[in-house]
Amino acid sequence: MRLLVKGAGVAGLTAALELVRRGFAVEVAEKRSAVGLGASHYAGGMLAPYCEREVAEEAVLTLGIHAASWWEEALPGEVVRNGTLVVASGRDLPELNRFAARTRGYRRVNAEEIEALEPDLAGRFQHGLFFAEEAHLDPRRALNGLHEMLAARGVTFHLGSGGQPEEGLFSAVLDCTGPTAIATLPGLRGVRGEMLYLETPDICLSRPVRLLHPRHPIYIVPRGDGRFMIGATMIETEDEGPISARSLMELLNTAYAVHPAFGEARVVETGTGVRPAFADNLPCVVERPDGLAIAGMYRHGFLLAPAMAGQAAALLEQRLRPAGKEFNRATTG
Amino acid sequence: MLSLYETKLSSRLLLGSARYPSPAVLAESVRRSGTEVVTVSLRREMAGGKAGGAFFEMIRSLGVRILPNTAGCHTVAEAVLTARMAREVFRTNWIKLEVIGRHDNLQPDVFELVEAARTLCEEGFAVFPYTTDDLVVAERLLDVGCEVLMPWCAPIGSASGPRSLSALTAMRAAFPGIPLIVDAGIGRPSHATTVMELGYDAVLLNTAVAGAGDPPAMAEAFSRATMAGRQAFEAGMLEPRDVAVASTPIIGKGVFA
Repeated sequence: MRLLVKGAGVAGLTAALELVRRGFAVEVAEKRSAVGLGASHYAGGMLAPYCEREVAEEAVLTLGIHAASWWEEALPGEVVRNGTLVVASGRDLPELNRFAARTRGYRRVNAEEIEALEPDLAGRFQHGLFFAEEAHLDPRRALNGLHEMLAARGVTFHLGSGGQPEEGLFSAVLDCTGPTAIATLPGLRGVRGEMLYLETPDICLSRPVRLLHPRHPIYIVPRGDGRFMIGATMIETEDEGPISARSLMELLNTAYAVHPAFGEARVVETGTGVRPAFADNLPCVVERPDGLAIAGMYRHGFLLAPAMAGQAAALLEQRLRPAGKEFNRATTG
Repeated sequence: MLSLYETKLSSRLLLGSARYPSPAVLAESVRRSGTEVVTVSLRREMAGGKAGGAFFEMIRSLGVRILPNTAGCHTVAEAVLTARMAREVFRTNWIKLEVIGRHDNLQPDVFELVEAARTLCEEGFAVFPYTTDDLVVAERLLDVGCEVLMPWCAPIGSASGPRSLSALTAMRAAFPGIPLIVDAGIGRPSHATTVMELGYDAVLLNTAVAGAGDPPAMAEAFSRATMAGRQAFEAGMLEPRDVAVASTPIIGKGVFA
């Protein structure tokens, strides 16, 4: 029984793996020339279900809590389990208290503990929250890793606009086309996100650092080799155009507030992605005429893709192999 | 009933639409607040084409009047351009005019504000200026054609509540016939009640609801607080006194021995 996964971003590749694990023959079709070049390309790669609870529904925590283990099992060595450090300047202490009131799974840290966690931030912040259970990964390495592993397990990839497979030849199609699905899925909208990469040998961080700020909160994710991903704006538009000067200034100013050495860093990349989202900002497995879609990953692609992939794969298995062994009934969120 | 540029409104609570956890939570908050006016900030990236359409359509579908704002503008030119774009995008001549003078407390630049208001009023906009409690600035805004004034009671997003009751009282007394809306600085329902008791016509707030643990419940709390303050103002409140006044007369009371 052959299944087609459309879209080779984080949703598509995690779903392909879940289907392969269930014994299906899987092919992946991607319009772009390589995997992971859509919204996933601009992801932070933070596996931070506790921090996200600040604004997200409880479902993001319950669906995302096993994400780090899933990625570690799929790609041994790619997940860094060093937690998340959340800091705020003295004048933004109310922001830190608000963040603490909306989340759990942290301990409060003072200046010495912040220094012990991140020596390069010594003396810069008096108050913080440390989420020890959280993790992060490099999204681009992770998706390339999944691509190689899936190919090695017999998954056929159709990359590029030419040579796309005939959909009618498959038992079912799983649509994981991210923002491309906005045009066809009712209720799906786009939320623009802008990010940049800085490179400097002067700072070393071991984990994602979030700086709270009433208007311009940012996160900084260390990628190794002196590279840092700085993100991300949230603008209600589907515009994919280059980063605006205002957003660039806000991100850089706030990075500079985390550490002045970022002022000397090189801006090695800027990027803009469009996050597909439903009105409740939660992902959903959606019925389609020819199968299913995993849609609305919003800003939680790497965090929630494993759970959504599992739900979609279980549903397809139930339908296509009803006589098989017993399965836990998945919810469609 | 509240009348803003000849539009009659029964709700005296205006809500901002930024920073909610999701559009679904925003929609539910608007519904439970009973508000009839929602402010929307226009970013340059949103104008033109399909961009931002889904979010704006969702707000439109709530059946409320949209009050676009010029948040983030620092000069007359920026604010006027943003207002013109907003008129195209939202098909309304209403504009909340915000011209920021200082980064740290987001204080309005009242000099630029008056100039921008002059230009926009001449172009037929119904201008809702975000201003301070300065009476001279208020006079100038009315001179150039504003029919509504929106003084802050504390810096935007500070949630610190009315910092100068005497200034707000003086402003209410100085402009008895002008709709006055407290915009910015309100953090708690009691803050809204306080300014409504002073006779303000409405309150506009965003972060106090959007940043709450349960935004729809907080929206409802603000709605009730705003109504309570208004009702108290209309009912006529007692003036405070320094000494006790017995609620039961003592003279003439029966003595049981």
